[in-house]
Amino acid sequence: MSIHARFRNAYADFLLDVDLNLPGGGITALFGPSGSGKTTILRCIAGLERAASGTLKVNGEVWQDDALEIFLPAHKRAIGYVFQEASLFPHLSVAGNLDYALKRVADTAHKISMDQAVMLLDVGPLLPRMPERLSGGERQRVAMARALLTSPDLLLLDEPLAALDLKRRNEILPYLERLHAELSIPVLYVSHSPDEVARLADHLVVLDAGRVVASGSLADTLARLDLLHLFGDDAGVMIEARVDAHDDHYQLTCLGVSGGEIHVSRRDAAIGQMVRIRVLARDVSISTSAPIPGSSSILNALAATVVQMTTAIDPAHMLLRLDAQGTPLLARITRRSRDQLGLIPGSAVWAQIKAVAVLA
Amino acid sequence: MELTNADLDAIVLTLRLATVVTILLLLIGTPIAWWLARTRSRLKGAIGAIVALPLVLPPTVLGFYLLVALGPHGPIGHITQALGLGVLPFTFAGLVVASVFYSMPFVVQPLQNAFEAIGERPLEVAATLRAAPLDRFFSVVLPLAKPGFISATILGFAHTVGEFGVVLMIGGNIPNQTRVVSVQIYDHVEALEYASAHWLAGGMLLFSFLVLVALYTFNQSARIRRS
Repeated sequence: MSIHARFRNAYADFLLDVDLNLPGGGITALFGPSGSGKTTILRCIAGLERAASGTLKVNGEVWQDDALEIFLPAHKRAIGYVFQEASLFPHLSVAGNLDYALKRVADTAHKISMDQAVMLLDVGPLLPRMPERLSGGERQRVAMARALLTSPDLLLLDEPLAALDLKRRNEILPYLERLHAELSIPVLYVSHSPDEVARLADHLVVLDAGRVVASGSLADTLARLDLLHLFGDDAGVMIEARVDAHDDHYQLTCLGVSGGEIHVSRRDAAIGQMVRIRVLARDVSISTSAPIPGSSSILNALAATVVQMTTAIDPAHMLLRLDAQGTPLLARITRRSRDQLGLIPGSAVWAQIKAVAVLA
Repeated sequence: MELTNADLDAIVLTLRLATVVTILLLLIGTPIAWWLARTRSRLKGAIGAIVALPLVLPPTVLGFYLLVALGPHGPIGHITQALGLGVLPFTFAGLVVASVFYSMPFVVQPLQNAFEAIGERPLEVAATLRAAPLDRFFSVVLPLAKPGFISATILGFAHTVGEFGVVLMIGGNIPNQTRVVSVQIYDHVEALEYASAHWLAGGMLLFSFLVLVALYTFNQSARIRRS
């Protein structure tokens, strides 16, 4: 299972020109600033828009090939699509909205049952309600359940959380993770939020002005210095860590990463469980000497080597890519500090981590 | 009761005409309104203007051209004669054809507004849920445009009931064929039968008032429900 998409089209404000080979599993995030073409790509894949020239192959099936004059209309593509804003039919109840999808797919093609979809997204109590009586988060959950009921081969999510406030967003994220864990449907997820991407994605495609600037595994792509300007202040790495131990006295949890251990606030997680953590470049400072126990309040310091350096957008700052014995880290320091510490690629340093966000 | 048999005949004929015309207009007007709401064609302005012409033209002008076109030497007259239908002026069928043109904007414009208000999104959503184009129209557009259809039906019906000039031009004044209420009122007044005219005219006034009250009340409650 894989997705190969090549689209080229001139739009009023940008030229879309992408060639994508996407994995046929897991969550692939299409990330980029607004106007970078990520939603357009999703719409082209769904068949809602037709790029002037393009080919699209999903699972070996040709959905578009202009050389052969093939263009499968949207309603014949096995996709599920969740729009940015609530898109429930206002004249149908929640149950009616879900039925709408279910009954338009042949019984033999059903891979997800009504009960399963209702349970996965916890929409049972909402079934008799009309969409206007739902909160924004509830609407998006219903929209996701509805998309699943078409038993899609590919799930397309167009910034499904963008119209929600932070609280509602955090209510929905666990459901997305649940889809990821329990269903084997590949997901294309459009987002301009680095946090969402770091939390959900396995594969990351970075877009800028209608072009693909990077495509690769999440951890590798997030740690690339040449892309950091796209992430701005939120530049940082995602690290997969293992829960090693809990410290009940100080209410800390010790996470193991290759290259050392990182302490975070006590998490309700089983020993051995894998969690994703995010360390922002602005939260990492550099020291050339090993931390002396009892001399600093910073809990987490990892021995690392400077791999690469580049100037940040702000000319006072440098961005450093570090390798903490297998764990990639980014650090943002001032250019003055770099000179005073005499840092060059290959320098052995200590990366002091001021804050760690545990994702999920 | 001051209504004569001739008055009752005129009322029945008027209601029959308005019913037939409204049904035809909903069938013809829906695709036209849909096309006007969706198209990016340069013809949109011209077609929209043609549909709206009866709003500004004196009914006598419209009636005159229809009379010529439907008459024995007119282009439509040739066709109807070739089909063995005879010529349409001064028949009920001719009145139906004329009324369809005359009341067209009152049906097309509310429908077009309703279709435009729906926008692309619900149709795209339906497409991603595997609904084919015709399915999308019946399962999404029709229910969402229901207020537009109700307005169009009421306006089309009421406007046909109230027409006079076009009827006179193309229908004349034939009992049970083309003598509708408005013509009957005219006859009463000409004959100085003011009492009879009052009954019919008062009835029309009341009917029109009630129709508009119903329409505005409905529109308002639909707006409240939407917000």
